[in-house]
Amino acid sequence: MIRVALPAHLRTLASVSGEVALDIPGPAPDAAAVTLGMALDALEERHPVLRGTIRDQATGRRRAFVRFFACQQDLSHESAEFPLPQAVAAGAEPLLIVGAMAGG
Amino acid sequence: MSGVRVLVGTRKGAFVLTSDGTRQEWSVAGPEFPGWEIYHVKGSPVDRARIYASQSTGWFGQLIQRSDDGGRSWQPVGKEFAYDGIPGTHQWYDGTPHPWEFARVWHLEPSLTDPDTVYAGVEDAALFRSTDAGETWQELSGLRGHDTGSRWQPGAGGMCLHTIIQDPVNQGRMFAAISAAGAFRSDDAGTTWRPINHGLQSEGIPDPEAEIGHCVHRIALHPSRPDVLFMQKHWDVMRSDDAGENWHEVSGNLPSDFGFPISVHANEPDTVYVLPITSDSYRFPPEGKLRVYRSRTGGNEWEALSAGLPQQNCYVNVLRDAMDVDSLDECGVYFGTTGGQVYMSADGGDSWDAIVRDLPAVLSVEVQTLP
Repeated sequence: MIRVALPAHLRTLASVSGEVALDIPGPAPDAAAVTLGMALDALEERHPVLRGTIRDQATGRRRAFVRFFACQQDLSHESAEFPLPQAVAAGAEPLLIVGAMAGG
Repeated sequence: MSGVRVLVGTRKGAFVLTSDGTRQEWSVAGPEFPGWEIYHVKGSPVDRARIYASQSTGWFGQLIQRSDDGGRSWQPVGKEFAYDGIPGTHQWYDGTPHPWEFARVWHLEPSLTDPDTVYAGVEDAALFRSTDAGETWQELSGLRGHDTGSRWQPGAGGMCLHTIIQDPVNQGRMFAAISAAGAFRSDDAGTTWRPINHGLQSEGIPDPEAEIGHCVHRIALHPSRPDVLFMQKHWDVMRSDDAGENWHEVSGNLPSDFGFPISVHANEPDTVYVLPITSDSYRFPPEGKLRVYRSRTGGNEWEALSAGLPQQNCYVNVLRDAMDVDSLDECGVYFGTTGGQVYMSADGGDSWDAIVRDLPAVLSVEVQTLP
């Protein structure tokens, strides 16, 4: 199980409060092998309304003003194959999906 | 008793204003989708409970919302607007080829006959259609695929398809307008298109009479006389009497012929409303006075309508989708400003009052006349 924290607008859209807890699909996944892409796939599978709001539906590219943080690291520029930190993969720390501070 | 529902899209959410047919007392509901830009909200003319809304932000992209109960509740529907085939390029501001990239939905136009069919005008300019109440969208790519498409350029606000009009008499005829490509017409339900810009003159382009490149801001028609079109161009108020084949200027005595919206009275096909703005450089009303101008002669002769509107220190703008009329016996006229006011006249424009004054900047105003 991993934990994902969404920005307020996406919590409203997905009708959730607080963090989202996600089971990563697959046969007994090795926690160390949970990737950023797997987490986003699981999030969009659970909440299809979020498809396209975090990453482009066609290209899979992160939207420009959305950032991914975890364990004090900026994962925004990492690929979908990037393994999440052990603490995130184990559910001890959340993956933070953040709306960038922008617009003045 | 009849009533009116005014659907207001703003920079920070949607609002629904309702009144009975007297249009004296109003209730204001909203914001729906608070914090999101709502470029357009429009109801189906055949099922007034069915409403579509375009919701977007620069952070999280585009959503489409649908209500099946007159705006009391909403559900997100399809939001994938994929250009048909390999999109190719249009011209960028600097004249270089630029790939077509979806940015947002500017305008939603529900079908005149089927509540599950709705058209979407998007940036970068393209026309999409849904036939399943917004769940899925398909491009009508004959428009963007027109021979001139690779030469279209964006206006200052982006290259948006902002006007979609279905001809209620001539089956299959549609009109669309794009900033800054111009006006287009289809006679086969949107499959193929051709420019209809003959007679437009735009000094801001190398050939003022070019086939394309005109910054059309808005087109309007009266459903009983669909061959007569009225256009607010960037500069110039124009009229066509032959479904866009030829245009002639009807700016007449307007204090400025720059502006964005244009509307036709619901019961008088020759009564037209515009809202002059000083210039493209200033984008506020002349002399700081907010005045709607009405022509009862189909253009050229215009009278200022100012009763109840601010006549000093007013520096708001009124955007292209932010004016509409109801269809009650005494036609109501409505418009919203970038200052957040929504004004209403229940007497065809003779007198005005604000329904609400402090909304976020208004992007669109659409009116549903209820039985």
